[in-house]
Amino acid sequence: MTAEATAGTVVRTQPQIKSELMKSRVAAAMWFLVPMLVALAIVAGWPLLRTIYFSLTNTSLNDLYGGDFVGFKNYLSWTTLKSGRTVFSGLLVDPAWWNAVGNTLRFAVISVTLETVIGMIVALVLNAEFKGRGIVRAAILIPWAIPTIVSAKMWSWMLNDQFGIINDLFLSLGIISQKVAWTATADTAMTAVLIVDIWKTTPFMALLILAGLQMVPKDVYEAAKIDGVHPVKVFFKVTLPLVRPAVMVAVIFRLLDAMRIFDLIYVLTPNSKATKTMSVISRENLFDFDKFAYGSAQSTLLFLMIAVMTGLYIWLGKVRFDGGDR
Amino acid sequence: MKMKSLMLGLLMSVSAVATVQAADLQIVLGDTGTGLQFLQGQVERYMAANPEDKVTIVPMPSSTSDQFGQYKLWLAAGNTDIDVYTTDVIWAPQLADHLTDLTEATKDIIGGYFPAIVESQTANGKLVALPSFTDAPALYYRKDLLEKYGKSVPKTWDELAATAKEIQDGERAAGNKDMWGFVWQGNAYEGLTCDALEWVKSSGGGQIVEPDGTISINNEKAAAAIDRAKGWVGTISPEGVLAYGEEESRGVWQLGNAVFMRNWPYAYGLGNGADSAVKDKFDVTTLPVGAEGDAPAATLGGWNLAVSKYSPDQDAAIRLVKFLSSPEEQKLRAIEQTNLPTLVATYDDPDVAAKAPIIPLWKDVFLNAVPRPSGPTGLKYNEVSSLFWSAVHDTLSGNGTGAENLELLEAKLTELKGDAW
Repeated sequence: MTAEATAGTVVRTQPQIKSELMKSRVAAAMWFLVPMLVALAIVAGWPLLRTIYFSLTNTSLNDLYGGDFVGFKNYLSWTTLKSGRTVFSGLLVDPAWWNAVGNTLRFAVISVTLETVIGMIVALVLNAEFKGRGIVRAAILIPWAIPTIVSAKMWSWMLNDQFGIINDLFLSLGIISQKVAWTATADTAMTAVLIVDIWKTTPFMALLILAGLQMVPKDVYEAAKIDGVHPVKVFFKVTLPLVRPAVMVAVIFRLLDAMRIFDLIYVLTPNSKATKTMSVISRENLFDFDKFAYGSAQSTLLFLMIAVMTGLYIWLGKVRFDGGDR
Repeated sequence: MKMKSLMLGLLMSVSAVATVQAADLQIVLGDTGTGLQFLQGQVERYMAANPEDKVTIVPMPSSTSDQFGQYKLWLAAGNTDIDVYTTDVIWAPQLADHLTDLTEATKDIIGGYFPAIVESQTANGKLVALPSFTDAPALYYRKDLLEKYGKSVPKTWDELAATAKEIQDGERAAGNKDMWGFVWQGNAYEGLTCDALEWVKSSGGGQIVEPDGTISINNEKAAAAIDRAKGWVGTISPEGVLAYGEEESRGVWQLGNAVFMRNWPYAYGLGNGADSAVKDKFDVTTLPVGAEGDAPAATLGGWNLAVSKYSPDQDAAIRLVKFLSSPEEQKLRAIEQTNLPTLVATYDDPDVAAKAPIIPLWKDVFLNAVPRPSGPTGLKYNEVSSLFWSAVHDTLSGNGTGAENLELLEAKLTELKGDAW
């Protein structure tokens, strides 16, 4: 009886000690996290909730606190005419909005795909041993380090049709026969934006992938070499699967970034249908037009789309953020 | 890291509060050309006369659409940092709620200003801004080239296109590959609304929304005027004109690479500067018309000085505004910047006539000025303007014809208007 009881206590105290230790650790961790959580709630949570609230009102920028609650009218509303025909209005049936969604998706998919491929190539080169590798690695980061607004303005002068260096260069090389208005024409405007974005963010992609590449153990390659496997096969069968987690995380960062593209397009191209993205159109409604609530609805929808996309991506791609693979 | 930046932020905001003094004024300005340097000189003269005040200029981008978005945001947030705003002639009704009523402070001097301009800055019986200079664009032409090819100054848009084409081709054949016939402002922004309003109005196509609020833009003459402009893109105007603002077109012009340019008066003084390739080679005239018998049109522009309702130094801010619009400053502005005065008397000043002969000449242009529909459309003006310039920009980029886009525009404007503007 006593023995049993003693044994029972022993057995019981063991996890208790552990859990107490755990508890104090968790509590300590919580305290360390609190400042960050509070900061996040202030700078991200509160504005987000405010935006969602504004999207359900008829607030005007002239009178931010005087809006009335109107439900989902900004998203979708309808009136039935006397003839019995129902007319829909609101964001969900606004062709300008869906055009912007199309532009954004097109931009995001193309830019992220190309950046991943080029970034991978750059990372493979940088992963090789060569003299001055440190300097090259640092140098390649320069486009990423320049603020977007500065690089956009810089490129807009380089791409300028009359004074731009790109036209001058291509003309003297004989690639084009007359000056091209890169950012002005609807056909080339999106391409110009893509080129500048790829120039700017490929280094970011390359560095994240390079970090993944360096975690690949050397002995795997040695084994492949001894077995005489073709280098291309080594890349697809060994390297790619092993860096996949790093690539997946890099892609998601870029995708989130690309979905809310604003500055580059705003500075580089005329404010036309061909390049207007979701962020550009919502800013226009928020501040330029007297449609603050409508712009808030667009921002909210943009947020929801990014959230859903990210969720799907993590779920379908089985991404883990701790670097491992599921 | 987070903590550090937080502390830094706190420290900075504390020091910012500490440096605010009774009459520390901030004035925002987004201008073209040498406007900023000129204002710097004005501010120095002001501070010499009022040593107790300190004035700082906050420069803004030169695109009026960009400025407006920022100002509206600041004003909506009740920003107390900016005391004086330079405002476009079209903003008065949209910003009126946030600006100080200047009626009382200016009652002794307001009689000297052009009544029409004062009227444009009055919203709901409140004078929201003091006119600093007015603006009306003109057609700049290269008199040396017209002489060389034996051409007269074009009176209609078609004449302009024909002359431009001939001289452009002639000059290109003579070796100047970069020569263009006509440069203007085709980017999708407020400037295109101004340009296109002139094409439409001077062809008898109305002024988008008439003073009584009627939407008049969907008519054959307007569509033909915009289609005509579409024909210029890529022939007498570079394709890049679709991304040009005032400064880009002035760049082409001032390098001597254009026969004609549509621009505001500020380009006159700059074009005659020492570093200009077209110095003493050009002149200005009223913009062409659609067909003989039509009246020329020039979009009424102009800049005004407004005091923010949220400024803590109301008296000092009003003092600064009055100083910047005073007869002496307007005279200097007319001579140095070729900006059109808003005071009637300055046009007859013998010094101005001697040193800037263009100013009295511009009276003709100014008399043809047509206002943008900012009065009748009120708070919705920006959206009206944006819909209009988008329809025009679409047509110019070959995305539908003028008639198609204007029909669509009419439908959108009608929906936007609702029961009343």
